[in-house]
Amino acid sequence: MEIAFDLIERNGLVFAFLVIGLIVLVSEIISKKLLKAKIPGSAIAIFVGLILGYWGGFVTDGEKGLADIPLFKGIGFLGGAMFRDFAIVATALGASLYLIKRSGILGFISLLTGIALFFVFGVLVALAWGFRDAASLCTIGAGACTYIVGPVTGAAVGASSDVIALSIGTGLVKTIAVTIFTPIAAKKIGLNSPESAMAYGGLMGTSSGVAAGLAATDPKLIPYGAVTATFYTGLGCLLCPSIFYIFLKMIFE
Amino acid sequence: MNIYGIAILALSYLMGQWMGEFLGSLMGINANVGGVGFAMILLMFLKEWLIKNGLMSLGIEAGIDFWNKLYIPVVIAMAASLNVKSAISSGTLAIAAGILPVLVSFLLFPEILKRFKAKGDGNSI
Repeated sequence: MEIAFDLIERNGLVFAFLVIGLIVLVSEIISKKLLKAKIPGSAIAIFVGLILGYWGGFVTDGEKGLADIPLFKGIGFLGGAMFRDFAIVATALGASLYLIKRSGILGFISLLTGIALFFVFGVLVALAWGFRDAASLCTIGAGACTYIVGPVTGAAVGASSDVIALSIGTGLVKTIAVTIFTPIAAKKIGLNSPESAMAYGGLMGTSSGVAAGLAATDPKLIPYGAVTATFYTGLGCLLCPSIFYIFLKMIFE
Repeated sequence: MNIYGIAILALSYLMGQWMGEFLGSLMGINANVGGVGFAMILLMFLKEWLIKNGLMSLGIEAGIDFWNKLYIPVVIAMAASLNVKSAISSGTLAIAAGILPVLVSFLLFPEILKRFKAKGDGNSI
């Protein structure tokens, strides 16, 4: 057994292919046999991934979910930023440059709307929970954008470390919420075309959440959502600690 | 040759990420602005150029398509390596501030689409 564990630890990425393959297999069976294909297998597989991520955090008290268990380290590498972005770029193979150009303005408008909307509602929730200083409000509002905008903003405006941790938590909840709710809401909100996917990516922003949500909704839409979502974190890091912070300072100080 | 496809993908990825980092530093922020988006647009231009010049082959396409198809497995691995426990246990504020704006966005999304379409018809963008 020791030899087997050692072998797996040395071949983490290969073992990750096997584990993910098994998760997909089990999820497809659940989808087809138990749920009569009402929920796509990929949506179930992503949800199973989230549960395993929770379990990993529960067992190890670490920060990388299942990947903190030495045996499953390869999963963290496979699901890390490098492979994620590389695979997202590859989805552009099936996208149409013409459609992206045509909906560029819609994408841009939804980006600005999305950042402002998530920031404002994040600030409102923080207000409701009793925060009154501009730096904390700004950091939590930024965390409602993505879990990267939160800490970047918090560091820039000098928020306390527990507020920064809170903003990361908020961003993570958002990613998970977008992942789970996108396939459920897609039909009702008219998320069914390349154009609408571009607007959706801009509005929601979290690359991970949008991409995972669209993967479970309709894989053809992934590149269109991703192409706008990728600008969200950068723009958020630009707007939150500058214009938005100044605005909050005028109101609260 | 599949490796040509993978190499083209790698070239687009690195160039795009570099542009994203560069744009970020121009804006004076320590973040990548749209690196993946630039990479995707580069890849699409390269693909069109290859097709126009008759250089696109099934092998090249298969090399890129392999990574395209690997996307969902990568996302599953990503979900499994998220800090889900900390997200759930960071308290009611994080949960409310994480979920409420998402729900509001769902309500607003059809409205944004409708408005833009009405405007787009008049201007024929």
